[in-house]
Amino acid sequence: MLKLEKRPSDSRLMAYLSPLIAILLTLLCGGILFVFLGHDPFAALHTFFIAPLTSVYGWTELGIKVAPLLLCAMGLTLCFRAKIWNIGAEGQFIMGALGGSIAALQFLDADSRWALVPILLAGTLSGLGWAALAAWLKTRFNANEILTTIMLNYVALNALLYGVHGPLKDPEGFNFPESALFADATLLPVFSDDYRLNISILFALLAMVAIWTLMARSWVGYQIRVLGEDAKAARYAGFKDKQLTWFALLACGALAGLAGVSEVTGPLGQLVPQVSPGYGYAAIIVVFLGRMQPLGILFASMLLALTYMGGEMVQMEMTLPKSLTGLFQGMLLFFLLATDFLIAYRLVWRRQPASHSTTASQA
Amino acid sequence: MDIDLITNILYATIRTGTPLILIALGEMVCEKSGVLNLGQEGMLLVGAVIGFIAATVTGNLFIAVWFAIFAGMLMALLFGFLAISLASNQVATGLALTIFGTGLSAFLGSNYVGIGLDGMQPLAIPLLSDLPVIGKVLFQHDPLVYVALTLFALVFWLFKYSRLGLKIRAVGENPEAANAIGINVQLLRYAAVLFGGAMTGLAGAYLSLAYTPMWSEGMSAGRGWIALALVVFASWKAERILLGAYLFGFASILHLVLQGTRFEVPPNIMAMLPYVATIVVLVWLSSDAVKTRLSAPKSIGRPYRPMS
Repeated sequence: MLKLEKRPSDSRLMAYLSPLIAILLTLLCGGILFVFLGHDPFAALHTFFIAPLTSVYGWTELGIKVAPLLLCAMGLTLCFRAKIWNIGAEGQFIMGALGGSIAALQFLDADSRWALVPILLAGTLSGLGWAALAAWLKTRFNANEILTTIMLNYVALNALLYGVHGPLKDPEGFNFPESALFADATLLPVFSDDYRLNISILFALLAMVAIWTLMARSWVGYQIRVLGEDAKAARYAGFKDKQLTWFALLACGALAGLAGVSEVTGPLGQLVPQVSPGYGYAAIIVVFLGRMQPLGILFASMLLALTYMGGEMVQMEMTLPKSLTGLFQGMLLFFLLATDFLIAYRLVWRRQPASHSTTASQA
Repeated sequence: MDIDLITNILYATIRTGTPLILIALGEMVCEKSGVLNLGQEGMLLVGAVIGFIAATVTGNLFIAVWFAIFAGMLMALLFGFLAISLASNQVATGLALTIFGTGLSAFLGSNYVGIGLDGMQPLAIPLLSDLPVIGKVLFQHDPLVYVALTLFALVFWLFKYSRLGLKIRAVGENPEAANAIGINVQLLRYAAVLFGGAMTGLAGAYLSLAYTPMWSEGMSAGRGWIALALVVFASWKAERILLGAYLFGFASILHLVLQGTRFEVPPNIMAMLPYVATIVVLVWLSSDAVKTRLSAPKSIGRPYRPMS
């Protein structure tokens, strides 16, 4: 009979294979879903996952979505490595967008590129400040960070809505809940006028390398890893766990805030209520799928970015709902958690007489 | 403030508190068995959308409620398979359930946004509903409000007087010991998780069929998460969940109280209140961290796989 057996030690191979199996299972389930929706599964999967990337334009659009995901995911990696369950990247992203927009609206007449500096700084600091709240609640009051960061996400969302419906609304915007369009000089520089891809992708790649170096080479990174592996050992070794918590959360908040402000000064060019299509939550999937390794995270953010484009693609081409994006993302994470089981356990085929197996299980 | 306003506020408090009661009671049973299911928000949304679709298709609210319950249980089963059978990390799995449920509900409901529905009508209890003030406040609600109170009584009884409640607690405190005295840990945990799913599915139906009879993406607005905080706030006691749910219900409708007074605040700022209140409660609880730790089920969040 087929039996599950605990491996003597975790399988490294499985740790890297599991995301691939999860992706395959997601594609399989997605295909079946498309059949139920009355579409040719191969054509539909092609439209979802391949068609968006058949042009240079498609790849640049992918880059636009990779940037925020990668920024948030690198920040979350720091937290998750230390076993700080920061679910607040979404709120930190929104606050970054909000803070950055408030700054950008002060520079509507700017014609110097230097105006971007205070704007990006304002966004980054807003995200950092929002994460500081979570860090304070955790270190000072020992409040559960999962719940506090999620609550802060909802508060941030309402702050954003208050902003676009109230003080930040464009007075000449026909009463739409949107801010005025930012000045051209305060938009992130693009690589080519034909495409929207801007330098935020460089921020993201830079952040990736920086966090990578930090985790793999630095004393702080080492302490964070130990704190996550064994909090007791970390405290015994005299590591200051509160300071590490502050550091991980602030770094994550700053990166998510930078992602947020890059979104409004990048592809959006103004503050809108739907500033984030859930980047902060999708980044959680990115971190798990990417095995908290920089290159893994890069590929995972490309895949998650693709699910956003795929959703838009099937909406345009096949009039299917765009919300397929969230469904694919959810399936991906679920399958990943299921296949991760194979890291610690293995399936073995063992033929045993029934009586023998009972004695064995009692032993 | 006149008596009508007070009546309306209390009435609305009970309505707003009802879904929280359902979710928190379900989650409490689940946590008592040692399983932390952070997927409440996802199950809630799926329950709400399935209930709404079923109501639109069949035109029968009673059937729709059962569909929602069943949908919640299916979601819980998914969680249970991973968290109980595959011993996955419960925090990550719960988050996955929420992300998946949010996506799934948005997908399923995409053709149902903006459709109207004749929601559940209040069921006035004869005689009692004619009483002044409390008649309106307590006895003119839709059926699910009474169902929620009945379920509260059931859960209260479960842990106060029943053997089953004792077994569930044993499993949540020390699964190895429970297993040793012949309790089927996995089975009981599955049952608790499924009960939680059913309760949250029902809460979803309440949202989309009674509270605001419609479907919109993410309409649960974090209630699943607030209910999770509520369980901690209530230190895993049913009667305190009831109290806490109504307190939160009151916080959510405080704008009604302030309406027309000189303290009127923009709606989006008022909407922050339940979330801020949750944070405040979490902070306040931590001042008594020892007590919280003592009342929490010992094995919460710790996967258990019997040796085989």
